[in-house]
Amino acid sequence: MSVATPLPHDSAPLHVTGRARYVDDIPAPAGTLHLAFGLSPIARGRIKAMDLAAVRAAPGVVRVLTREDLPNACDTSPSAHDEPLLAEGEVFYAGQAVFLVIATSHLAARKAARLGKVEYEEMEPLLSYDETLAAGAEFEAEPRVWQKGDAGAAIAAAPRRLTGRIEIGGQEHFYLEGQAALAIPDDGGAMHVVTSTQHPTEIQHKVADALGLPMAMVRSECRRMGGGFGGKESQGNALAVACAVAAKLTGRACKMRYDRDDDMVITGKRHDFRIDYDVGYDDGGRIAGIDFTQVTRGGWSMDLTLPVADRAMLHADNAYHLPACRITSHRLRTNMCSATAYRGFGGPQGVLGIERMMDEIAHVLGIDPVEVRRVNYYADCAGGGGGGGPSAPRSAAPSPPERYLEQDRSPGSGHAMSGALAGAGKRFGAEHSPVARPVEPQTTPYGMEVKDFLLNGMTAKLLADCDYAGRRAAIRAWNERSPILKRGIGFSPVKFGISFTLTHLNQAGALVHVYQDGSIHLNHGGTEMGQGLFQKVAQVAAARFGVDVAQVRITATDTAKVPNTSATAASSGTDLNGMAAMAACDAIRERMAECLAGLHQAKPEAVVFEGGEVRVGEAAMSFAQAATLCYENRVSLSATGFYRTPDLAWDRIRGQGRPFFYFAHGCAVTEVAIDTLTGENRILRADILHDVGASLNPAIDRGQIEGGYVQGAGWLTTEELVWDDKGRLRTHAPSTYKIPACSDRPPVFNVELWDGENPEATIYRSKAVGEPPFMLGISAFLALSDACAACGPHYPALDAPATAERVLAAVKRARG
Amino acid sequence: MHTQLDVNGRAYALDHDPRTTLLDALRDHIGLYGTKKGCDHGQCGACTVLVNGRRINSCLTLAAMHDGDEITTVEGLGEPGALAPLQQAFVDCDGYQCGYCTPGQIMSATGMLEEAKAGDPSHVSASLSGDVALDDSEIAERMSGNLCRCSAYPFIRQAIHSVEGKE
Ligand code: FES
Ligand code: FES
Repeated sequence: MSVATPLPHDSAPLHVTGRARYVDDIPAPAGTLHLAFGLSPIARGRIKAMDLAAVRAAPGVVRVLTREDLPNACDTSPSAHDEPLLAEGEVFYAGQAVFLVIATSHLAARKAARLGKVEYEEMEPLLSYDETLAAGAEFEAEPRVWQKGDAGAAIAAAPRRLTGRIEIGGQEHFYLEGQAALAIPDDGGAMHVVTSTQHPTEIQHKVADALGLPMAMVRSECRRMGGGFGGKESQGNALAVACAVAAKLTGRACKMRYDRDDDMVITGKRHDFRIDYDVGYDDGGRIAGIDFTQVTRGGWSMDLTLPVADRAMLHADNAYHLPACRITSHRLRTNMCSATAYRGFGGPQGVLGIERMMDEIAHVLGIDPVEVRRVNYYADCAGGGGGGGPSAPRSAAPSPPERYLEQDRSPGSGHAMSGALAGAGKRFGAEHSPVARPVEPQTTPYGMEVKDFLLNGMTAKLLADCDYAGRRAAIRAWNERSPILKRGIGFSPVKFGISFTLTHLNQAGALVHVYQDGSIHLNHGGTEMGQGLFQKVAQVAAARFGVDVAQVRITATDTAKVPNTSATAASSGTDLNGMAAMAACDAIRERMAECLAGLHQAKPEAVVFEGGEVRVGEAAMSFAQAATLCYENRVSLSATGFYRTPDLAWDRIRGQGRPFFYFAHGCAVTEVAIDTLTGENRILRADILHDVGASLNPAIDRGQIEGGYVQGAGWLTTEELVWDDKGRLRTHAPSTYKIPACSDRPPVFNVELWDGENPEATIYRSKAVGEPPFMLGISAFLALSDACAACGPHYPALDAPATAERVLAAVKRARG
Repeated sequence: MHTQLDVNGRAYALDHDPRTTLLDALRDHIGLYGTKKGCDHGQCGACTVLVNGRRINSCLTLAAMHDGDEITTVEGLGEPGALAPLQQAFVDCDGYQCGYCTPGQIMSATGMLEEAKAGDPSHVSASLSGDVALDDSEIAERMSGNLCRCSAYPFIRQAIHSVEGKE
């Protein structure tokens, strides 16, 4: 049984022995050249003169390129064609590439790059929210505004009203493997690029454009990344394009890798946000209407700022049914690195906006913050959540419900499904099932009906399991006795929309070969960055053929095998590629069944693929024998598969439609302690309940949840990006930018999976898990706010990240 | 200049620039790519190796300083099919996601277990002498120099726990 089992990651034995290769570990062809950029030290200015003689004369330097040496702009932007590879007379941020050094070694290239003498006419950079807004430097002509009902009237008519603001910092990806690319010239002017990227097709596209080649002449490949988190969706383009251009010019393989400081200075980060809220509500905390204004700094180029800011708007409601709502979004063009995709893609910022607002309402009313959330929740939907419940022992799996089988309409799959599905079969946890409220029409601020909400039931279970009420009371009593140290507890839910909001990206392809010895070669458009995608898709393939997952050979993502792929992003990797792989496998299985049925005078439906065997009536043979037999009977054992997510329709200008296929849910309770003299703080305990539908691989999902929480908590606590007033990033190494370490993970950390099945027909009814748990880290932030609030009567209005400094300031505000 | 290194039981005679770090010597001169470069600043631990049995950030030390030293890298601990107990524990506990920090985690944990056995205290130890009980907070503290951006920490700690005291 390969689906729903906690198998280790695909490259486990390679990882622990150091034999898993990343781009920089691939033995490069003899004579490979190495590249480094010369960077702009200023945030904005005009290039007056460039003297690169010393660079050219430096040891090991083969060539030095400026914009004039390039065949065209060699644009590296994923969106607006506004990112020339090398500066075109003007620079827009400190860290922008101005010239490119090609040398015989990485060190030689880097050293030479420091020798460039570039004279600039400095200009005043746009950095702060206010000055950029005042200058009108925005990526869209007008701010985006989405509305539901008349928020202004609802707020005015409500018994209570409150306004507030939160500033939310960005986040450096700090993928442990920095950006890297290698380009190898191929026959006839073709180019082969190997990149650490979440988006091989975009690399192919950008390289083809830069070289003036058709896409078919460029092959882009990625076996694995040492972490991506969104930072390798578009930020690898520059390295790949630089390598390809240099490889074409020199005829030699070219490689480029950013050192950590360069990586942090050059590449984009999570968008920072400033969110203002104006809310009308009643004495019970029930919200009548909200007006949000979200402002984000997108940096010097557009990159993915528009969809990121859209997603922040799409998650402004988080888990709450808002009768009236207005969301305004400004996307600023500032002289900073170009903010980009980062796990959650704007969603976490949107969620934090309303969570902070909930926190403040609870503070004003003096009621438990969880209660304010519960009265505003969407209603759980009868049948919508698949009747989920807490995890039951996997061994107790009954045979799958009938509708499961009906659901699968692929020909010839009926019997074979049962084997694969028993493991994924659902346990209907009646005793813990949430009580469904009567279903009333409930829509998001963008007009999508919420039909699969789960958080009422999940919240009740989590609060009971972690003794929220008892601990809150105990913390209050403890705080009364403790003048210096204060504790706090925080709860946060998340409802996260799954799908790319650019609808056409919701497609995927796969390529499967079965060889005559029964071994299976699997390829699809998704990339592996540690999230366990390759293993999950391999599990799907193994289940379709009823074989052990070890028989499936996982191969590098390669645009020559599966074309026109979307980035592995939006948590959708498994949803999309798992379905595509299933389609490919089923096509082959159907052909095999037909052939074997013919040989045994049986119906194709009677052929069963299970337990490493293929059975036709009484006859049984190994899968390998079946493959050989089919080969000898001239059956094609290779197929492509394709999937597109159904039922999506989205108008981003009007802010109306169904951008998401479904929602994934989770909730968390975190307990913290702060030192009111220094602001130092610590997470003491975290309890998480998370919805992954019917998990394809509980071990991998658990890792995603724990990792997401820790990364989310890091974003909101220690990870602070500091730009000085000249627009230079001062936190560009792990010495000044603090990501969570082993000792920062909460000492008590309980993670449970909510055991339900996705009501939508996703792969084996599972749900995406990459991004949603990231937002559970918000509970840590709210716990810190709670601890600060224990110091005095006023609302602490904590900003993010809650560094020791900000905690101290919040404590002061609380005291008044 | 010339340096003699004993890496995983094999002798290597290197001819290198005096400023070459041990990390670059291992990767670029000897071709052992298991030791990773995460920051090149001594701040992430991805490059951890053992020098004469003690763990060290190989990016922070020069190859020239190790003439005649015994270096152990992750490749020297075990190989697929014949994993060292700690390597097997990382597989069993799924102690990684992207795997980039893993060689450093495993080398660091190998050295750390020896340090604890020898009674070396840490910042969180109750006393400066005597036996070290490797509880969760000891492991967390002693492994805090090895960053994992995927935050596989719970499983990493589990893996280390599972071999601790077994050898
Ligand atoms: S590479 Fe040596 S500590 Fe990071
Ligand atoms: S597993 Fe990715 S950095 Fe540790």
